[in-house]
Amino acid sequence: MSISDQSIMSEPSESGRFGEFGGRFVPETLVPACQELEASFREAWADPLFRAELDQVLKEYAGRPSIITECYQLGAKLGIRLVLKREDLNHTGSHKINNVLGQVLLAKRMGKKRIVAETGAGQHGVASATAAALMGMSCKVYMGAVDVERQALNVFRMKLLGAEVEAVHSGSRTLKDAVNEAMRDWVASVESTHYCLGSVMGPHPYPWMVREFHRVIGKEAREQCLERYGSDPDFVVACVGGGSNAIGIFSGFVDTKARLIGVEPAGGAAVGRGQPGVVHGMRSYLMQDEYGQVQEAHSISAGLDYPGVGPEHSYLASIGRAEYPTVTDAEVIEAFQLMAKTEGIIPALECAHALAWITREAPKMQGKTVLMNLSGRGDKDVGQMMEILG
Amino acid sequence: MNTSNLLPFERELRAKRDAGRKLLVPYVTGGLSGWTDAIRAAAANGADVIEIGLPFSDPVMDGPIIQEASQRALDDGATPISILEGVRTLDVDVPLVVMCYYNTVHHAGHERFASQLVQAGIVGAIIPDLPLEESGPWCAAADAVGLATIMLAAPTAPDDRLPRVCARARGFVYSVGLLGVTGERTELAATASQLAGRLKKVTDVPVIIGVGVSNSAQAVEACKVADGIVQGASVVRRLMESGPDAVGAYVAEVRAAIDAG
Repeated sequence: MSISDQSIMSEPSESGRFGEFGGRFVPETLVPACQELEASFREAWADPLFRAELDQVLKEYAGRPSIITECYQLGAKLGIRLVLKREDLNHTGSHKINNVLGQVLLAKRMGKKRIVAETGAGQHGVASATAAALMGMSCKVYMGAVDVERQALNVFRMKLLGAEVEAVHSGSRTLKDAVNEAMRDWVASVESTHYCLGSVMGPHPYPWMVREFHRVIGKEAREQCLERYGSDPDFVVACVGGGSNAIGIFSGFVDTKARLIGVEPAGGAAVGRGQPGVVHGMRSYLMQDEYGQVQEAHSISAGLDYPGVGPEHSYLASIGRAEYPTVTDAEVIEAFQLMAKTEGIIPALECAHALAWITREAPKMQGKTVLMNLSGRGDKDVGQMMEILG
Repeated sequence: MNTSNLLPFERELRAKRDAGRKLLVPYVTGGLSGWTDAIRAAAANGADVIEIGLPFSDPVMDGPIIQEASQRALDDGATPISILEGVRTLDVDVPLVVMCYYNTVHHAGHERFASQLVQAGIVGAIIPDLPLEESGPWCAAADAVGLATIMLAAPTAPDDRLPRVCARARGFVYSVGLLGVTGERTELAATASQLAGRLKKVTDVPVIIGVGVSNSAQAVEACKVADGIVQGASVVRRLMESGPDAVGAYVAEVRAAIDAG
């Protein structure tokens, strides 16, 4: 398939496939719910009234459009033009709110009363709790026990917002296990409950629907770059766990000549080190052992501690349209401090992965324009960094 | 009806059902300490089929008991290969089926996995995260080697879906007893008998209720509508707490209860 193919980043196939990735591998109990969700989303997304309602809440509540910021000091230091898409400035401090407002509006339209969500770093959990509070729905968030510990502030934030937070003690006690537990809840509560999945993963229609809700990132950034610089960037860089912020910004540039770079943590490199597998409802690259047991991801950032990746990323990698390099925790810690000191912006540890790649590869990008998705702010990580840096 | 095209496994279950026997299907997590003796005990005490779980790292359809059993088995080094080797040594007279999550199948490869099962003497497979729409490639591989794919039917299925699920089912239809994951409950959910009743109206394949049938009294209640029951968490808990003999005693108790009606 050629890169100019119009089908890239449009609708997946009828079976929810992006190439050979995606699908709907869920217990039979959930099949009708996934079918209903797909039909409801399709109908709502084609309805100008739903789109207007979502646009309004994104503008008046989330604070969209988010700005772009050029990093003059850091850019000069690295020999590149470094531009940030400031998703960290959205209400609740990350890009996650785009998807959550869309899904909760949709759930309400579908007559659901309750939201369940999984969270890693807590950003999606906070966003879900926020949207549930705004729209008068009850909310339960599953979070790995390890993450509950290292993201205590976000746990308290969710509780303040009226959500119930349940620590998950099974398996690796991180994001993948929180997804398992949220799915188990949904299997038991599917008639009243919407599963507000936090990334471009899971069974069809989630990878497609969540991408559409984040498409706004790339659309705005494309327009902003054109207006400001008169051209598209040479590189578009984002961190990848499940991959929602990366998909959002890539979607605006997939039909340009920009190189699309999704940066994975070295300890959670699904695309880089995984093989195709099936877990959490989708066929995608997955870190697994020789018998197909899913391996645990290890990274400094809870939000990227995920052994899989959204199926559309697997597809973009397989056709060579996007690249998925890795960075180490040590590089991330450096990048985190560098952005704080040179630009006065404390990034989320997740986004520091994208910056770590940029600083490492800058010598090969001299004079180029590099757009980075700053998908979240780092307030939540300050406690953890305080311990690491002593 | 003409049953000559059916797999021998399904013919046997239908014959027992038609003779008035309720089918008892204990579940044992493969690789869990004492699992082979538990299977022998279940076979000796009235099981009609035994379901062997291949433990998976991310068992989304399982509740706390089978999650724990799976984790223990994995921690002890159990693999699909080691469990199938154990199966070959069992020498029991009861048909054996496996329950496994789809990545175990996908990773091994459909054809390879199907032939590994057949070589170990397994006659059927239950794959709870492989719904009808995604089941084509696996079913083709299983059909080719005479392995039964036991389809699950769920209470959430609309009426027009059930005949399609049943048409693809071989051996028996696994009628999911409630909205939820495996585990013991204080009462049999109303959905259990409702779904089994809906299935009985559209299929002649034996209908067996699993998930949430937690003791002999619930088994009797479920068997008023269904052709049989799976006993999962209640068996596995006894194996973890008390060992294989307790499994044998429990299977005998359920057998006697459903035979008495």
